Amino acid sequence: MKPTYERPVIQKLNTGLLNKFGTSTGHNPVRQIEGVAISDLMDQYGSPLFVISEKKIRQTYRRALKAFTMRYPKVQFAWSYKTNYLDAVCSLFHQEGSWAEVVSGFEYRKAVRNGVPGNLIIFNGPDKSAEDLQMAVDNRSLIHIDHFDELFSLIEILQGTEKRARVAIRINMDTGIYPQWDRFGFNYESGEAWNAIMKIVSQQNLELEGLHCHIGTYMLTPGAYAVATQKLCELARATADRTGVKVKYLDLGGGFCSSNTLKGSYLQGADVIPSFDDYAEAIVNTIMHFGFRPEELPLLILETGRALIDEAGYLLGTVLAAKRLSDGRRATILDTGVNILFTSFWYNHRISPAQEFTQHAEEMALYGPLCMNIDCIRESVVLPLLKKGDRVVIHEVGAYNMTQWMQFITLRPNVVMIDTTGKVHLIRKQETIESIVVQECLPDHLKSFNL
Amino acid sequence: MNIRRNIAISENGFIFNPLTGDSFSVNETGLFILQKLKEGETRETIMSTLQEEFELDANSAEIDLNDFLSMLKSYQLTEYEDA
Repeated sequence: MKPTYERPVIQKLNTGLLNKFGTSTGHNPVRQIEGVAISDLMDQYGSPLFVISEKKIRQTYRRALKAFTMRYPKVQFAWSYKTNYLDAVCSLFHQEGSWAEVVSGFEYRKAVRNGVPGNLIIFNGPDKSAEDLQMAVDNRSLIHIDHFDELFSLIEILQGTEKRARVAIRINMDTGIYPQWDRFGFNYESGEAWNAIMKIVSQQNLELEGLHCHIGTYMLTPGAYAVATQKLCELARATADRTGVKVKYLDLGGGFCSSNTLKGSYLQGADVIPSFDDYAEAIVNTIMHFGFRPEELPLLILETGRALIDEAGYLLGTVLAAKRLSDGRRATILDTGVNILFTSFWYNHRISPAQEFTQHAEEMALYGPLCMNIDCIRESVVLPLLKKGDRVVIHEVGAYNMTQWMQFITLRPNVVMIDTTGKVHLIRKQETIESIVVQECLPDHLKSFNL
Repeated sequence: MNIRRNIAISENGFIFNPLTGDSFSVNETGLFILQKLKEGETRETIMSTLQEEFELDANSAEIDLNDFLSMLKSYQLTEYEDA
C-alpha cells in the first residue's frame, strides 16, 4: 500500500522570537459531536452545516440557573430571542423554564407562535409599533419602555380604555465600564429614569412592575453588575418610598461572556471570562445586602443569551482551496464565510481539523467563499496542512450567527440539532433559489430582453 | 530547477543555507522532493515519481509541486535561472 500523501511544506525556522503560549502541542482532530461522526453529518446534510447540541444547551442552562438559585430564592431566566430564534432552540429553552425576551414585533410573534403565554413575554427594544404595543397590552406582556416617545404612544393607545399595561423601564447608567450603553433606555444619573417613573406612576392605565437594565455585552467585569444592581435597588426603594409603588422585579439583562476569544485579547477567552458564579455573586450579594425585607425581595430576571448557547453551536465546513499570498503566506479558502459566521468579525474562533494530520502545521489566513475582501474568518492561525476537500470544525458559533447571518452571494445552509440520545434532527432547511426569489416581484415590462 | 550545491539537507528534514545562515524544516514529502532535486531530477519526473510513490492525482501533484518549488525559490534555496 502506498504511504499517505501530505502536501510538501517548507518552513523557515526563526530563533529568538517569543511565543507567549510556547510551541504548538499539535492539533487534535474533532471527529465527532455528541457521539455523531462529523463525516456522517456532512455526508447527509452537506457543507457548510450548523450543528447544535441539545445536551450542551441544557447543561449550560442548568449550570447558570443553579449559580443564581443557590444564592437567591426568586430567579427567572428569559431566553433572548435575538441570540438564536430558531424554533427548536427557543422551545428547548422554554422547556427548561425560560420565558421569552424579544426586541421586535417579529420576535414577539415568533414567541407567541412558539406557544409562550403572553404574560411571560418581555418586550424590549426601541422599535415597537402601535400595533405591537396593542398586542402586548392585550396579551398582558411585560413592556420594557425604551424612550419617552414610546411611553407617550402607550399612554395614547390606552387613553379612554379600561385596559392596563404591565410596564418596566429600561435604564442606562454609569457602571464604570466603557462604552456606556446610553442609547437604550432612560439615563439614571441625569434623573431621566426618575422622570419616566414619575410619569408612569401617575397614569391609571400603566402598572409599573419592574426596572430593567442591560449594561453591555461580553462583560468581563462582574463588578459592573454589582454597580448596576445597586442603582436599580436604590431606584426601586425610592419609588416605593415616594410613590408607594413596589416594583416586583429587577431585570439585569444579559451580557455574560461566552468562552470565545475576542479579537485583540492577549489571553484565550476561557482564561479571562468570569463564571456564572462570579456574576451571580456580584448581583445577588448586592440585592441581599441592600436591605429589602424578606417578603419584598424582588424577582431577579436574567436575559443572558450568548453565554447559554455559544458553546453548543458548531459550524462544519470544507476546504475549497489552498493558495499562496503575495508575501508567501498560506491562504486557505473555506466554504464558511462571514455571511454565515458574522461573529468572526469580533471573535478569533477556535478551529479544529476534522481528520487526522501529521504533526506538521503552518500559519495561514482563513478566508470564506465570498468574492468580497472582507470575507476573512481568521487573519492568522496555525493549522495542519489543509488541502482541498478537508473538513474543519469551527467552535462556539451558537450565539448570533443563526440570526445575524446574511443571504449574501450564496444561500444559508442546513441547521441540525443532536438530541440528548444522539439522534440528529434537521431544524432549519438549507435555502434554495426558490426560497429567495419567491419574495421578488418582476414588473411586466422587464420580463423579456434580447441580448 | 536546481538546489544550490551548498545547501545542507539532513535526513530528518532540517535544511541549512550556509550562505545566509537561514535554517528550515520540511515534512516528509518536502524532503522527498528536495532529495530528488538534489539528484538532478526535473520537475516533470518528480511529478510522476510523486504519483508513483503516493496515492495522488496528477492535478494535486502539479499544484503542490509548483507551490513547493516557488517557496524554495523565494527562500533563495535554488540556483539562479535565466527567465
